[in-house]
Amino acid sequence: MKRHLLSIDDLTRQDIERILRRAESFAEVSGREIKKVPTLRGRTIVNLFYESSTRTNSSFELAAKRLSADLVSIKAQGSSVDKGESLKDTVQTLSAYDPAAIVFRSPNAGAAALVARWTSASVVNAGDGKHEHPTQALLDLYTLRRRTGSLEGLRVWIVGDVLHSRVARSGVLAFARMGCHVTVCGPPTLIPRGIEALGCEVSYTLDGLGDADVVYALRMQHERMSGGEIPSLREYAARYQIDGRRLGPSQLLMHPGPVNRGVELAAEVIDSPQALITQQVESGVVVRMAVLYELLAGQGGGTGGEQSQALTVSERTEPQPA
Amino acid sequence: MSQKVVLDRDDVRRTLVRIAHEIVEKNGGESLAIVGIHRRGAFLAARLRDQVAELVGEPVPLGDVDISFYRDDVGLREPADPAGPVVHASHVDFPVEETTVVLVDDVLFTGRTARAAIDALFDYGRPKRVQLAVLADRGHRELPIRPDYVGKNLPTARSERVDVHVEELDGEDEVSIVTGSDITIRRTEA
Repeated sequence: MKRHLLSIDDLTRQDIERILRRAESFAEVSGREIKKVPTLRGRTIVNLFYESSTRTNSSFELAAKRLSADLVSIKAQGSSVDKGESLKDTVQTLSAYDPAAIVFRSPNAGAAALVARWTSASVVNAGDGKHEHPTQALLDLYTLRRRTGSLEGLRVWIVGDVLHSRVARSGVLAFARMGCHVTVCGPPTLIPRGIEALGCEVSYTLDGLGDADVVYALRMQHERMSGGEIPSLREYAARYQIDGRRLGPSQLLMHPGPVNRGVELAAEVIDSPQALITQQVESGVVVRMAVLYELLAGQGGGTGGEQSQALTVSERTEPQPA
Repeated sequence: MSQKVVLDRDDVRRTLVRIAHEIVEKNGGESLAIVGIHRRGAFLAARLRDQVAELVGEPVPLGDVDISFYRDDVGLREPADPAGPVVHASHVDFPVEETTVVLVDDVLFTGRTARAAIDALFDYGRPKRVQLAVLADRGHRELPIRPDYVGKNLPTARSERVDVHVEELDGEDEVSIVTGSDITIRRTEA
């Protein structure tokens, strides 16, 4: 495995298989009375979040704590970022604590890759703008595989606001890498041009939805919209909402959360036994434990944080993933 | 490189029977459980459990532990197998309180694996007593750990390697000492 997890593209199928298996053994740990192992004792993990998050932040926190790492959690609000400190300065400051990993979320695509150039720690991308959210895709694979047993050949439809969705980008790459057939679907204004290059098909209507084994609905991201992408949420819901009528009885339903009830999903399907949404949240902790373990302690794991080397930040010329 | 068989199939069987008797003798009337250390220790533990259960005439709980999360060399290892290590989960689904737990491993070497297994076990509760049974003890301890039941003492050089084969995994029961200049010491549970 590479030293950082910035994109699903950093992982081979073998890497993904190993992370999913590792997550299963962490699921056993999470079932114990004492849900903690000493694996990362004495190592420091920094959670650096420039964007609001409940699930990702809390599950990374729990994952680090259950691996016995020391955790520092920093949110942009209430930190020196409010005083105008630049990202680079913040990262360099935090790197002085010699962390083994920095878990980083940002509203800007590519920011995680920048951070990786400025620190000797392993960087985990916890969502960078519209670009990628690799650990979400991994926990989706994990959740789905627990239900279906195998991922090979599954037909997955990713429906909704693909344009603004980092979950969709990581999801397409991850599902395709594991042998699924992926179709993205939504109004043309919310499908980025050229997304086929990631290895999926594109549909602008729900017509073929009946063929899907798995329907993966995305959140309508009002906060990132400039207006004009869709006429109204009501019109979007009329054409693209997944409801009890459109979702077949044998199809599985996934959603990265938080759900806009009544927009991308109708209430009746959210609470149906076909929905894996709660299981996705549950999987978050064990999959993130597996990612931290693989990066910091697994085969060829990074040595970030082991040597307290002085940071010669701008001179670092490590190859960066595209 | 040369290989010398020190325990063959029948030897292994007889040894396990003897250890089972010793376990019962030492813990007569006590609440017992057998826990194997992945990977080959788990198979040996399953066999010991069956024999012990037969001797005491009642069911004896069986568990297994994977010690990868408890190693003391996390992050220090050389990248070895590119396919990645085999990942196991631990299974201890009985209460360990008030119970004498016998940990089972194939080879006792530095003692670090046994140390990690004891730590792993304690995350499930507070056993009344922990004992250690090994098929082969090759010496070179780096920690103050001593087995309660030993199949065979095998004085070895550090440069040698003790290979334990079990039928469930390798198709045969056999313990052998491998000598050769090209051997790098590897941990038996890898």
